[in-house]
Order: sequence, then structure tokens, then C-alpha cells
Amino acid sequence: MKSPITIISNNAYKHQLDDFSYGLKQGIPIALGYVPVSFTFGVMAVSGGIPIWVAILISLTNLTSAGQFAGTNLIISGEPLFEIALTTFVINIRYLLMSFSLSQRIAPGTSLLKRCIMSFGVTDEVFTVASLEKQDISFAYMLGLVFCPYWGWALGTAMGAVICSVLPAGIQNSMGIALYAMFIALIVPSSKKSKATMIVALVAITISSLFTWAPYLKRISSGWSIVIATVAACFIGAVLFPREDL
Amino acid sequence: MQKTIVAVILMAAVTYIPRVLPMIIVKERSKSRLLRSFLYYVPYAALGAMTFPGILYSTGHMTSALIGMTVALILAFFEKGLLEVAVSAIVTVYLIQLFIN
Repeated sequence: MKSPITIISNNAYKHQLDDFSYGLKQGIPIALGYVPVSFTFGVMAVSGGIPIWVAILISLTNLTSAGQFAGTNLIISGEPLFEIALTTFVINIRYLLMSFSLSQRIAPGTSLLKRCIMSFGVTDEVFTVASLEKQDISFAYMLGLVFCPYWGWALGTAMGAVICSVLPAGIQNSMGIALYAMFIALIVPSSKKSKATMIVALVAITISSLFTWAPYLKRISSGWSIVIATVAACFIGAVLFPREDL
Repeated sequence: MQKTIVAVILMAAVTYIPRVLPMIIVKERSKSRLLRSFLYYVPYAALGAMTFPGILYSTGHMTSALIGMTVALILAFFEKGLLEVAVSAIVTVYLIQLFIN
């Protein structure tokens, strides 16, 4: 006869496995969307003179789009280390907001080590998919969710780095839109369901457009512009449409 | 070469730090409705700000990017999957650029 303790731990184990495979499934479309983007990254890095293995190393250690594109560009153009680090950091400041937002949703009792491992996988898409999840975010779920995107990102980079020279420029250019198209696919269905969400997104778009085109404002880097637009739009959203259901 | 490796390590560090800091510092869930609502809206606002106007400069031709964006918006409106939307936008941009040249 099994003791009650074994039964509980067996259940906990099964529950973790369920969470993991559920996350794994949700990660597959993200991974497939990543391949063309990281492919482009591999092509760009190697055509700029970065060795193939370094391009793959960048994807394995950074796991981010805009930040590593910009950082690698600066490496290629021979900028000093401080500028490379600072530019990459500014582009990545948005992760502070995303991790802060996600920290409110992590299953209570998740250990510090687990939180540190989970946070490595916070990309724009992983964050969005995890945020839209109704339940608390468990360690097992997050591991599953990040698994395919992580290896898809590395695999795409490797393929792009190796195939680099044979690809016509026209195809390379067209793939630049892949990531943005994914963003649109993430945001439009939610905006259809909630007017508040749509207004928040439109406010953010308006502000980031101002920072791109308006005189004076356009001097601000795109990293800061995303952070300022996000903070302002979320503040307006929180004041005008506070959520009752949180 | 050595400088490149140092640069890669630095990039990895400045990418990880903003991801991990809030997770280490913020362990309690906030009870403030304003703050919780603010954080709830972060994904939508961040995605919006990142997508536009960045998407217009993503293909090297604003016309092809605009048409690609329109295709993505229409497919997303009918709730097609991430991959379908992404691949359709890529193919659209590619065809438009063939046509323009």
C-alpha cells in the first residue's frame, strides 16, 4: 500500500509534467516564427565577418532579437565595448517591465534559483504568451514554453550562418518583417476582445511614432522610445480602465 | 577576436540583468489595483510600440512593408496563427519587391 506522501508527490510530479508539455505545445509556434528571424540574424552576422560559431554563441547566450542584432552590428563596425554594452542594455530595458509584470504571476513558493532560470527565457513573445495564460506561471510550464523557442532560435541562426552566401538579398529583406508580423498576430486578437487593450496599444503606437518622426523627439533612441511609450500607455490604461478582475 | 568574445559576454549580461532583476527583487504580489492594471497592460503596449513604426523599416522598402503589414493585420484580425501570419507577410513582401524591381 502506498503511503499518502508518495501519492501526493506522484501527483505533484504528474502535474509538473502536464505543465511542461502544455508549455512545450505553446512554444512550438513561437519557435517556428523565430526560425526566419534568427536565420536573418545568422546571415547578417556571418556576412559581416562574424565566425559561424560566434553567431550561434550569441543566439545561445543572448536569446533576444533587437538587442543582439544591434550589438552584433556594433561589433561588426568595430565600436568600443562600452557603447556595445550600453546600446544593447537600452534596447533591453523593456525586459525590466516585462519581468516585473511576470513576477506578479509566478506561482507562489517558486524558489529564487528557479526564478533566476525562468527569467532567462523572457523574450517578447514568450512573455506575451505566458501573460495571456489565465493560470499562475509555474517553473515547469515556463521551461516547456521556452524549450522550442530557445533551440529554434539557435537552429535558425546556425542555418542562416551556414547558408549565408547563397541567399539572394530579396529574400533576406523580406524576412525582416517576420517578427513584426508575429507581434501583430499576438496583439490584434486581444485588441478585438477588449476595447481598453486596443486603446492602450494605440496610445503606445502613437507615442512611439512621435519618437520616430517628430522633431527633437526623434533624437531619442528606439530602446528608450519603447520604454517611454510602454510606461505612458500602461499608465493611461491603468487610470482610465482599471482591471476589476486582477 | 578576443574583443568579440568579451563583447558577446557583455551583451549576454546586459540582456539577462533586466530580465532577472525584477524576479529577484519583487517576490510579493502587489495589492494596488493601479499597479496591477498597469502591469496587465504592459504586453499590449510594449508590442504596439515595438511593432509600429519599426515594421515600416523592416524590409528596406516602405511600400512593401506597408502592404506586408496590411496582410498581417487582416490575417491577425481573423485570428490566424503566428506562423501563418508571419509566413504570409514574408511572401507578400517578397512578391511586392519582385514586382517593384
